[in-house]
Amino acid sequence: MDWFTAHVDEVWKLFVEHLYLSAVPLVIGLAIALPLGWLAKRYRIIGPPLIMGTGLLYTLPSLAVFILLPGILHTQILDPVNVIVAMTIYTIALLVRTVADGLRAVPEDVLLSATAMGYRPFSRLVKVELPLAVPVISAGLRVAAVSNVSIVSVAAIIGVQQLGSLFTDGFNRAFFAPIITGIVACVVLSLVLDLLIMGVTHVLTPWSRTRRPG
Amino acid sequence: MIRFESVSKSYPDGTIAVGDLSLEVPDGQTTVFVGPSGCGKTTSLRMINRMIEPTGGRITVDDRDTASMDAATLRRSMGYVIQHAGLFPHRTIKANITTVPLLLGWDRRRAERRALELMEQVGLPEHLAGRYPAQLSGGQQQRVGVARALAADPPIMLMDEPFSAVDPIVREQLQDAFLMLQADLGKTIVFVTHDIDEAIKLGDQVAVLRVRGELAQLASPADLLAEPTDEFVADFVGKDRGYRTLGFRSASYPIATEPTVPVGATADLARVTAAGRWVLVIDDERRPLGWVDPDKVDQAVSIGSLHRGGTVASVTGTLREALDAALSSPTGRGVIVDESGALLGTVRAHEVVDAIAADAQRAP
Repeated sequence: MDWFTAHVDEVWKLFVEHLYLSAVPLVIGLAIALPLGWLAKRYRIIGPPLIMGTGLLYTLPSLAVFILLPGILHTQILDPVNVIVAMTIYTIALLVRTVADGLRAVPEDVLLSATAMGYRPFSRLVKVELPLAVPVISAGLRVAAVSNVSIVSVAAIIGVQQLGSLFTDGFNRAFFAPIITGIVACVVLSLVLDLLIMGVTHVLTPWSRTRRPG
Repeated sequence: MIRFESVSKSYPDGTIAVGDLSLEVPDGQTTVFVGPSGCGKTTSLRMINRMIEPTGGRITVDDRDTASMDAATLRRSMGYVIQHAGLFPHRTIKANITTVPLLLGWDRRRAERRALELMEQVGLPEHLAGRYPAQLSGGQQQRVGVARALAADPPIMLMDEPFSAVDPIVREQLQDAFLMLQADLGKTIVFVTHDIDEAIKLGDQVAVLRVRGELAQLASPADLLAEPTDEFVADFVGKDRGYRTLGFRSASYPIATEPTVPVGATADLARVTAAGRWVLVIDDERRPLGWVDPDKVDQAVSIGSLHRGGTVASVTGTLREALDAALSSPTGRGVIVDESGALLGTVRAHEVVDAIAADAQRAP
């Protein structure tokens, strides 16, 4: 505790950095996963390979990705862009299937009546299908958020500063205080992201909380 | 007018949903497509608004080939109601109903005013406007479905088994509401059902389809019952079609005066008035309330002591109503009322049957 109070400013800086490195890829990843998920749901032939292919990205060892990306992107090894790109890949890996599942969960008769009302395909997607897919997509997003927080910490090994740096620091000095602080901070960060996603979902889906009385 | 000209629909795997369908759907009337499952009735309906594209022939609406129109625009000009209503779960009732008006670019205020007006028209209380579909009963959802289809006041309504997913009592309420609305609105309606009774009740003309969308018969409900063209139609229409035909016929029959007592009459008065075991009880405005057995009356004739089994027929109604009134009455005398519901007298079953026979002799 003494260690923590002496390093509050430093921990806070790492916390914000960690938040940035996990949350920004979440947003970019979602933006990319939406059209990919739609494609996977829409076209029977490319659907399964697309979902399987993007899903496999998740099995790439994160350390290897962090080391290889600078060479591929021609960036500096310490450039946070590497981490952002890597985390975006992991987010996409988790979300393409979720988006496709969410869109598939929209009832057939709702789609049918939307078309019959005279919705063109794109506005049907935006105004009917996506809103109804929000609960499923949101569930996937929560998993991706927690996963991101955890994977980002690995980037400490290549020297990118965030909460994971507390682990390497503690390990190098055989000193537990920073490690425990880092773990607690990661849990808090996951909770913050989770609550944030739940809050946004809550606002977007007033309809899903209604039950027929009686 | 919607016209099918040799319309066909086949699929790449060789399945033929509709072989060669030609028929006309007249303006302002309800045309029912009825037939067993797999007869292509829903496919035929969906080809009208191009939810399904025909592979042969053409469909015209007011002499315009639908294939030449923009599909979304065409669909917005036709109301569409499906079996489970297909309401948007994420939108309130009001927002569901304003869907098409807003797609057509109406001003939001006007669309919302229209939504409230329609809710009243289809019999939905106003306080449901802000609810979500999941909070409504199946029957209420179906009413919303009808209101939503009517929202932009389209001249044409396409209805695909709209009432088949609700229980029989609610279905009958919805059918009656449908008939009242249609009497007011006079839309050109194409209605799909597998239920011949519904077809006969709701249709101005009924198209009986057999497999592959082959038109077995196109006729008014009365003609369909009286003269099915072949065995398929006869079987499909059902066994008691002779009796059901009476639902489309009316004729005059003798009405006998019936002794009555008011509510509150003493048992003795009821006993001396009764012609036989039962006596008819009426209210202040001479409306029949039911039969009473004076021996089962304690002091005075009360509402609770009434026999309620008998139906009441209007003198302007059909022979089916009159016969049913006679058959359901504990006295064998069917109660006949005038248009205001006041008692005219009674008729016996054999008198109704005689009237039926006489009417049949006169018929060409």
